[in-house]
Amino acid sequence: MPKPVSEPPAGERLASSTTVDDATASLRAASKVVQAELQGRAKAATGASQAVLEATALMAADPMLIKAAVKLVAAGTSAERAIWESGASVAEMLYNLGGYMADRATDVLDVRARIVAELRGVPAPGIPQSTEPFILVAEDLAPADTATLDPAKVLALVTSGGGPQSHTAIIARALGLPAVVAAAGVDDLADGTVVYVDGAAGTLSVDPGADEQELVAAWLLAAETLSVFDGTGTTSDGHLVPLLANVGGATDAVKAAELGAQGVGLLRTEFCFLERETEPTIDEQVVAYRGVFDAFPGKKVVVRTLDAGADKPLPFLTDSTEPNPSLGVRGYRTDLTTPGVLKRQLTAIATAAADSPADVWVMAPMIATVDEAADFAAMCRVAGLKIPGVMVEVPSAALLADRILGEVDFVSLGTNDLTQYTMAADRQLGTLAALNSPWQPAVLHLIKLTVAGSIAQGKNKPVGVCGEAAADPVLAVVLVGLGVATLSMTARSLAAVGAVLKTVTLDEAKRLAELALSARNADEARTSVRAELPILAKLGL
Amino acid sequence: MSERKATIASRVGLHARPASIFAAAVGELPIEVTIGMEGAPVEDAMDASSILSLMSLGAANGDVVVLRAEGEGADEALEALVKILETDLDAE
Repeated sequence: MPKPVSEPPAGERLASSTTVDDATASLRAASKVVQAELQGRAKAATGASQAVLEATALMAADPMLIKAAVKLVAAGTSAERAIWESGASVAEMLYNLGGYMADRATDVLDVRARIVAELRGVPAPGIPQSTEPFILVAEDLAPADTATLDPAKVLALVTSGGGPQSHTAIIARALGLPAVVAAAGVDDLADGTVVYVDGAAGTLSVDPGADEQELVAAWLLAAETLSVFDGTGTTSDGHLVPLLANVGGATDAVKAAELGAQGVGLLRTEFCFLERETEPTIDEQVVAYRGVFDAFPGKKVVVRTLDAGADKPLPFLTDSTEPNPSLGVRGYRTDLTTPGVLKRQLTAIATAAADSPADVWVMAPMIATVDEAADFAAMCRVAGLKIPGVMVEVPSAALLADRILGEVDFVSLGTNDLTQYTMAADRQLGTLAALNSPWQPAVLHLIKLTVAGSIAQGKNKPVGVCGEAAADPVLAVVLVGLGVATLSMTARSLAAVGAVLKTVTLDEAKRLAELALSARNADEARTSVRAELPILAKLGL
Repeated sequence: MSERKATIASRVGLHARPASIFAAAVGELPIEVTIGMEGAPVEDAMDASSILSLMSLGAANGDVVVLRAEGEGADEALEALVKILETDLDAE
């Protein structure tokens, strides 16, 4: 990508080799060339961007812009400096008008830079136009470049400047593009050079050979597989495992639906409550929940009632003086200390569910006893909610899953908290990260016990997983082998989990689950299962 | 000097697409046309072929503007331009 156009020095005069007339003529000619270039781009564009480009094209030869510059040239200023100053005053005027006009100020500055580049005989600034997909090489990318970056055209980003937190790196992550930043020497690469970029290794090589071509083909296949979930979670032999999304509001829900989620396995209702001094009204809650339900007509949406406390304190619910918040009044337990909040929330969920096309289920977090499960189910019935369930996060709930499922219609394993309580290791302590792995065989045994509880209870009530564990495509296979019925995860992970699950039969998944259960520790469990899944290497997972 | 008044019909006012279309139409004429808000001094009138001028004029939907031109064909030209302004260009 061409370097940004530098400002012509203030006070730059006409070169002695040129005359006012010649400079004026070249200024007008340059403005016409830029106008024609932008008109060409407008023709190729559609919709709103076409309208913007048409207006920008007109600006390039606009009498107001050009006349002011011509006046400056007549007074002896160089053509480059003249258009620079004229553009600046027009941009300032638009900026001061505010609103839509202020946004157009950027277009004037873009036009100005293009005219200066044309006068200097250097390539126009910004991302080059190309009909072929290309690797973009630049000094660095500015936020404004993001808008014009077409992810269908740009294959990878390489910059000589920047670091891991530079704008380029952020854009690359957002678009899922391979990127190498701080790559020395790339400014000297000629346009059209064929290069091989390995974003994972952070390397770049010129004139790639057959090996690299093969790697590129494999990566393209993987990228395609990992970007699309076809909307059906299944093993290779047709055992269906609905893949659901964890969402925290309507925006998330719409995105998850677009990514193919088969429903919502965990709606975190905290989004309604966080950053508030007081409880939201029932009406406010109804609107917020309905926004999520509307994104999934005919699909299941599991609403988790307020899970405040521990790492998610709320001023009107949480006693901040507790010495041990994760073992304190949190989740369902807040109904003991602040009765009424849960009841009103259930009323709001029932009201939002009543005229919604979604199939609404409700579950309570932090259930430890059979009585709590029974009390919650009774509250749901009073509110008019038909399918009550509870989360299994406390080991006691996993151990008594058969009796808990006698009281409610489903359970959902929250593997993050289940792991921290099973291993007695605070989730937020980095030093205990190794203990906090859902691959810990003890955690896997509790998941197996929970499924066994459902089987013992006899009514085939579903056991789902809605923790981070479900988003790990390798662990997801183990969970399916353990008998988990649904997996709920961040929507970004749906494609990877779906792609890996599709390569194993249910019997293979069961065998891998046994392998993990019998491992000596979390590492061995993970390594031994990974070794049995050749698809992982193919997809680069 | 010919003079015509026109009421801006585009819902967004004389910005964006409507301004582009109007400025392009004026640009194709062999004569100079100015535009000003109704009631504003004649010397404040601006070049109607300049999209930047049109945008800075800030004419909203329902505002009345005055077009002025001199020379051969000025009347016919202004008639045509009034028609453009009195059409909701944003709707097309």
